[in-house]
Amino acid sequence: MIADLKTFIERERPHWKELERELEKIREHLADLSDLKYARHVLGLYQRTSSDLARLQGSSSEPELRAYLENLVGSGYAEIHSATRDRRHFRPWQWLVQTFPQAFRRQIWGFWMSVALTLVGALLGAFLISKGVEGREAIYPFPHLVHQTPSERVAREEQRGTEAVSKGRDDLEGRKATFSAELMRNNISVTFRAMAFGMTWGIGTLLILFYNGVVLGAVVFDYVSDGQTVFMLGWLLPHGSVEIPAILLGGQAGLILGRALIGWGTPDSLRTRFRKITPDLATIAGGAALLLVWAGIIEAFFSQYHEPVLPYWVKILFGAVQLVALAWFLFFCGKPKAGADELQR
Amino acid sequence: MSSRSATLNISTPEGVTFSLPLAGPITRSLAFFIDFAVMSAAWNLVAILIKPLFFLMQDLALGVAVLMQFAFVEGMRMMMELLWRGQTVGKKLMGLRVVDEQGLKLRASQVVIRNLLRFVDMLPLFYALGGLVSLFNARAQRLGDLAAGTVVVRTVKTQPPDVAAVLAGKFNSFRECPHIEARLRQKVTPEEAQLALNALVRRDDLDEAARHKLYEELATHFREKVKFPDDVVFGLSDEQYIRNVVETVFRGRK
Repeated sequence: MIADLKTFIERERPHWKELERELEKIREHLADLSDLKYARHVLGLYQRTSSDLARLQGSSSEPELRAYLENLVGSGYAEIHSATRDRRHFRPWQWLVQTFPQAFRRQIWGFWMSVALTLVGALLGAFLISKGVEGREAIYPFPHLVHQTPSERVAREEQRGTEAVSKGRDDLEGRKATFSAELMRNNISVTFRAMAFGMTWGIGTLLILFYNGVVLGAVVFDYVSDGQTVFMLGWLLPHGSVEIPAILLGGQAGLILGRALIGWGTPDSLRTRFRKITPDLATIAGGAALLLVWAGIIEAFFSQYHEPVLPYWVKILFGAVQLVALAWFLFFCGKPKAGADELQR
Repeated sequence: MSSRSATLNISTPEGVTFSLPLAGPITRSLAFFIDFAVMSAAWNLVAILIKPLFFLMQDLALGVAVLMQFAFVEGMRMMMELLWRGQTVGKKLMGLRVVDEQGLKLRASQVVIRNLLRFVDMLPLFYALGGLVSLFNARAQRLGDLAAGTVVVRTVKTQPPDVAAVLAGKFNSFRECPHIEARLRQKVTPEEAQLALNALVRRDDLDEAARHKLYEELATHFREKVKFPDDVVFGLSDEQYIRNVVETVFRGRK
């Protein structure tokens, strides 16, 4: 209880008002707490206001004053106690070549689990197609894969290519950008869903990865068993070498989320577990989205051209090089150099 | 936390506790619909702006339109929350703000995660899952908030009450009778004193008739507690009577 409220307010009010002004300046980026002298001054004001609030908190009276001080202390707390983590501004290049691959490697178990789930799904897909299971529509979401055999499709695509080359026309002309954008939108949505469904204790993510694996395995088996391996590699590798890893990254993020929700193997509370993984989740999701933008461009502008427009070996080589580059980027990029590591020690 | 509370209480290392009022589902839904309307309007505006591009390069224009629409749906809310410290247009209008559940400033990763998890909060439709989870969560968090460690609070504009001005500079005739003043201080409870103080602080917020009625009731109440001599209270309005009471009580706490 404040014995003399009037004197108390008269004495403290200028400090409260000053803290209010300084916090507003910090919020408007007109001042920042990196200047030690300034930081000490603001900290002093904040601590004084906190102490004023503490004096009021014992009593049930002066509710308006208490509400005002609580608001002020809340704002000051947010600015002052978050100051250390606000120091570094977002640098896109550094985020891409360091933060993203490092986050990926920190949570590598999720990626391997994604890969394993997809492979199990792929084996099942291949098995179902090998047994000639009726109702291919249930496995394939693409009508053009259901109503024709791989050989028929390859023959048609190559014939169309031959006609296009002889007439000097581009069959995809006038719809490449739209197609590319649709692909990006669809794939990014699937990837984000794979991540978000981690909140179903990972079950949703697991199903998405498994189903993707089933479709992939079915397509690959279909083409390989029909003797169209080269076409299939030339068709899928250029964009798939980026698109599939990106979806696996989404799955990785979902599994990390699911594990944090379950709390398996950690004594931390749920809130602490989430707090620990949030930066990595956002980074991996953002990285996957970027990869899918690239995959969308490649699929629309490159993958859909077959022989004789584009030789298969060119497409396979491109896809293979891209896959190796992506693997190097994810597994090795942003690693501290041995010398630097020693210096740090 | 076992019981549902309407506030988020945060204890600081300085040893004080402050509370942030949590937003309810209705205001949050309204903010969501306002944002939806704003984004639709903004998208329509952009669509008009890129229309000329359709005449020049139809494919490219359509591709741009598809991507921009996607970016609007998924990214605009995120951008607003990032740039406006946890607020969107809807949240600004409804007086809401997204904050870190520990009272710290929002990190970009928190904004990204809470918005990406809308995919699961929306299930099966109209945010049913997210809404249900937030109803059973002590901090009214939907799944996205839970994963990102965020809460939606109401923004409250507060000003320090001008108590000093209320009590200052007016002659208090009660001072002529210190012994009766002492009795008054003894009889007036802290709650009554606070009530009288609030009535004076909020003087200008009350309309005239209500103010007169309130002051009359309060003055009658205090007159019954302690009787001052007629010459001390002669000609005192109800408002001045209360002012004298408040000044006497708070001065007495020295």
